[in-house]
Amino acid sequence: MNKSKTADLFEKAMRALFVLCGFLAVAFVVIITVFLIINGIPAIKEIGAADFLLGKKWASTAAQPSYGILPFILTSVYGTLGAVIIGVPIGLMCAVFLAKPFNEKAASVIRSAVDLLSGIPSVVYGLAGMIVIVPLVRKAFELPDGANLFSAVIVLAVMILPSVISVSETAIAAVPKEYEEASLALGATKTETIFKVTIPAAKSGIVTAVMLGVGRAIGEAMAVMMVAGNVANMPSLFKSVRFLTTAVASEMSYSSGLQRQALFSIALVLFIFIMIINLILNLAVKRKKR
Amino acid sequence: MMKKIILFLTAVCMMVFAGCQSNESGNESTNESGNEAKAATVSTDGSTSMEKVIGFLSETYMQDNPNVKVTYNPTGSGAGIQAVSEGRCDIGLSSRDLKDDEKKTLNAQVVAIDGIAVVVNPQNSVSDLTIEQIGSIYKGEIKNWSEVGGEDAPIVLIGREAASGTRDGFESITDTKDKCSYTQELTSTGDVIQTVSQNPNAIGYASLASVKDGVKAISVEGVVPTAQSIQNGKYKIQRDFLLVTPKDKKLSVAAQDFFDFATSEEADELIEKAGAVPIKR
Repeated sequence: MNKSKTADLFEKAMRALFVLCGFLAVAFVVIITVFLIINGIPAIKEIGAADFLLGKKWASTAAQPSYGILPFILTSVYGTLGAVIIGVPIGLMCAVFLAKPFNEKAASVIRSAVDLLSGIPSVVYGLAGMIVIVPLVRKAFELPDGANLFSAVIVLAVMILPSVISVSETAIAAVPKEYEEASLALGATKTETIFKVTIPAAKSGIVTAVMLGVGRAIGEAMAVMMVAGNVANMPSLFKSVRFLTTAVASEMSYSSGLQRQALFSIALVLFIFIMIINLILNLAVKRKKR
Repeated sequence: MMKKIILFLTAVCMMVFAGCQSNESGNESTNESGNEAKAATVSTDGSTSMEKVIGFLSETYMQDNPNVKVTYNPTGSGAGIQAVSEGRCDIGLSSRDLKDDEKKTLNAQVVAIDGIAVVVNPQNSVSDLTIEQIGSIYKGEIKNWSEVGGEDAPIVLIGREAASGTRDGFESITDTKDKCSYTQELTSTGDVIQTVSQNPNAIGYASLASVKDGVKAISVEGVVPTAQSIQNGKYKIQRDFLLVTPKDKKLSVAAQDFFDFATSEEADELIEKAGAVPIKR
């Protein structure tokens, strides 16, 4: 009797602890959101939302500063799109191989390589990109300089691979075997089955994988800073560009006054982007459950 | 089973909490007694370009004064000036001159001179440029190395991020402020050296102290960047390293002592070792 009473008390205490920890996570999100909005709005108000979001010129330290972040927004969008266009097909096919391996040994080697890839810190990706990819791009396309949007896209494409692969592998492996067997029994080849039955059946999981990749690509700063050249140009494939993340990171440590506030506003814009991606992600997950 | 695990976890949690608490109280007690009696702290904050100079100075100073601890926080000139004006550090480090509104509340003392070397790839045949040429190159008016006596190749302009002290120094001396059309804006001296050493068409700038084998420092108007040519002012692209202190507040005894040491003749040798140039006395 006594024993069950203490156990009961203990259960209650633990429940309170779990609830507290749960709300702690919520509290952090709320604090960050409020912080970003409070710090991000003043500069947008002062510069003007249209001038800020659609202005093509960023010269924060000039005698007559201008704070247009359209180049950063477009660069982030193009860079992320490019990374998805290159990274997702590779990741998806890799996931198909891992979920339906015809060689278990090779699959396990690839799986551990993918795990390793996800554990590499972004600064190492940046370093490798700076020393290997940038000179390679310069020589391959006979450019004066290799630090440009294209190099960044390649680095980002590699960086999103692990999340794309592991999430879509799980989704593909979860497709009921009966679907595939039925398709095969109807005379479809294995390739036809994979592209017409398995992948469509795993669609919502794959969408989740892609959105996770997008989230990682759009939020990456360090690796991109080392390969993209960081000049606030309007984006073009072989021009030096600056992303939303790198715009904040490269100027934050020195900035003051309106420049600093504008950097917070950029962070706010980035945050809104991430929110939208999360929203899409949630919708995809919900649809899967249904 | 489950219960055991939970019990174990709670125990671990408690131990961690207890550990934290005892650590905190431990720190506080040493700090309190330290300020009065033994371990005094001198905190410096600012320019990343001054890392080596401050490192050499503080290391020797701490050897001679084992009861004083000199800390250095590499945040950049702007942040260092801000930190000292807000009283978050004893001495601010700046590699750019103080702005007018900063001069109202802060004093600046030159501790050393930094030569900014203009670097090119070792394969580049160009070895001398005038300041005017450098300015035109960075403004994008000269686009090809053949226009300044080199090979027929496009010039790749490597620079630093907008608020870098080195960039500020370089652009104000070459009169290219806000007019540079950079190909790359990198966030550290090391990145600049690395990039220039890899690209045969690149030109960049960096503190003389950080110029390494992979790149070639060119002479400016016939003057090779060396300690002498910087000290006697013949080499034009140079700037001062400043110790920034508040006007209205006296430094602590330890901070004043370190300040005096850093600006004394004793420090000259250390500043040279750190790759910067001592001021002329």
